[in-house]
Amino acid sequence: MTKSFDPMDSVDQLSRRSKQNDRAKTTMLHRFANLFAAGPVKPGESYGAPGQGKSLAISLLTTFILIFIWYIATQLQWVKPLFLPSPVAVVQRFWEVATQGFANATLIEHTGWSMMRVFSAFVLALLTAVPIGIFMGVNRIVRGLFDPIIEFYRPLPPLAYLPLVIIWLGIGEVSKVVLIYLAIFAPMALSARAGVKSVAIEQIHAAYSMGATRWQVIRHIILINALPEILTGMRIGIGFGWTTLVAAEMVAAQAGLGFMVLNAAEFLVTDVVIMGIIVIGIIAYLFDLFMRYLERKLVPWKGR
Amino acid sequence: MSRLQIHDVSVRYPGMNGGDTVTALSGINFQIEPGEFVVALGASGCGKTTLLNLMAGFIQPSDGYLTLGDSQVSGLPRVAVGVELNDQITGPGKERGVVFQKHALLPWLNVLENTAFGLKLQGVGLKERQARASEYLKLVGLEDFHHHPVYQLSGGMQQRVGIARALTNDPRMLLLDEPLGALDALTREVLQELLLEVWLQTQKMMFFITHSVEEALFMASRLIIMSPRPGRITHDFSLDFNKVFLETRDARKVKSMPEFIAMREKVLGIIHGDEATNGGAH
Repeated sequence: MTKSFDPMDSVDQLSRRSKQNDRAKTTMLHRFANLFAAGPVKPGESYGAPGQGKSLAISLLTTFILIFIWYIATQLQWVKPLFLPSPVAVVQRFWEVATQGFANATLIEHTGWSMMRVFSAFVLALLTAVPIGIFMGVNRIVRGLFDPIIEFYRPLPPLAYLPLVIIWLGIGEVSKVVLIYLAIFAPMALSARAGVKSVAIEQIHAAYSMGATRWQVIRHIILINALPEILTGMRIGIGFGWTTLVAAEMVAAQAGLGFMVLNAAEFLVTDVVIMGIIVIGIIAYLFDLFMRYLERKLVPWKGR
Repeated sequence: MSRLQIHDVSVRYPGMNGGDTVTALSGINFQIEPGEFVVALGASGCGKTTLLNLMAGFIQPSDGYLTLGDSQVSGLPRVAVGVELNDQITGPGKERGVVFQKHALLPWLNVLENTAFGLKLQGVGLKERQARASEYLKLVGLEDFHHHPVYQLSGGMQQRVGIARALTNDPRMLLLDEPLGALDALTREVLQELLLEVWLQTQKMMFFITHSVEEALFMASRLIIMSPRPGRITHDFSLDFNKVFLETRDARKVKSMPEFIAMREKVLGIIHGDEATNGGAH
């Protein structure tokens, strides 16, 4: 057989080349699609609990789309800048407040004051609410003492008792920190108490039958068992702290993110209002990420 | 030598919502001699676990009292003393190790730390307690798992840790509350043999609760059968299938011996008789 042109050869080559192209395309597409895929399913869990898998890419996309809609809405002037300034204006304002300041303080100063208030209230609550919650869990007298107080004021909005705090403690820093402290105290104390209650009776019995004293059972079993719930309480508590910040800075503040937002609202500087909200949100979110990191490091055995 | 004695013990719980008093145990007179492997068998609600909790000191009897050791000699610990006996009331203590069905290991500690936990409570130094703990981990076959988190172990390995942990305290007796109840059949048989080996090597008094007739016959040097409403001991047999196993090391052969099968049928008959007479009540 002489060597001649075989049409099938070139057809083969063609189809191979187009397949390669296809593969390149599909890998690009796949990579993009994979960002939104649920991720590897654990073996045997195809019919597992619903809602598993990663969601980071979807969250990022949501954020991006929201900002994009915001940008389009302001760019096409669907809403007046007084009600919703453009993201560009907010970023510009961020830079302006960061360098030149707003209401007699720079952004760093506003942020610093607010963080000082929230975190000193948080530390105070950590030092008092956690021990009290633990004692409420292990001692009926302490539980009887604090239960009516906490359960009464816990559902009250901080704005409702703000006037009373001001009458009692004045309009200085103390009343601001105390207001935030009260908001953080209740969820932290109740979480610590719930953590104490969550211990398995077998673990307590096991410790006693290995010769533990009552104090050793509290120290080595109950306290460590309560740690995951205490950390959850800290996360919830700091959230309440940021929620209460604006209320605390409503009266006679000279600086602070909440004050900045309120002050800007009075003068209808909407871009500062939005910028302030975003800064508070980002700080609170970063702290929450830090708490989750702590949780993974400190209590990897949580729920096991 | 110290025996565990139960003197005319009853346990009553107040009824729910002001209902009738529930008698969990009634008039128990019973003793465990040193070196005995006692197995308690009975239907649910017959008071097996209540009896174990009494021995461990987790609950107090309504009547009667328990002693560990010769009660004539002062200074020996008295277990869950309900009546005045030198006014001494002892709750749980390290001379009675307990192995639970589950949930009793500490997930924040690794295998070695869990096993050494009792010694840590007693203030034994780190080196010594880890050395002693690793001895018992070797006995239960976990010498290669010292630094594993306990929650990553299988159920059978977790129970091995539980057994090693109870032994590390060098208790006078081991109380085992259905320790193999949550395990699969194969692991269960392996751990049955392991427990007999532990018994042979340490000569501890054992009190072992189970629902499985075959397991009871295989493990027991003494088998007590309990009956519910009110909880009481109805039968008390001396057995030696465990000794046959420790001589021959052939569990299948022991469990297929004609004597074993005959005894199994007899015990099943007793338990089913109980259920027939008591089961109709509810």
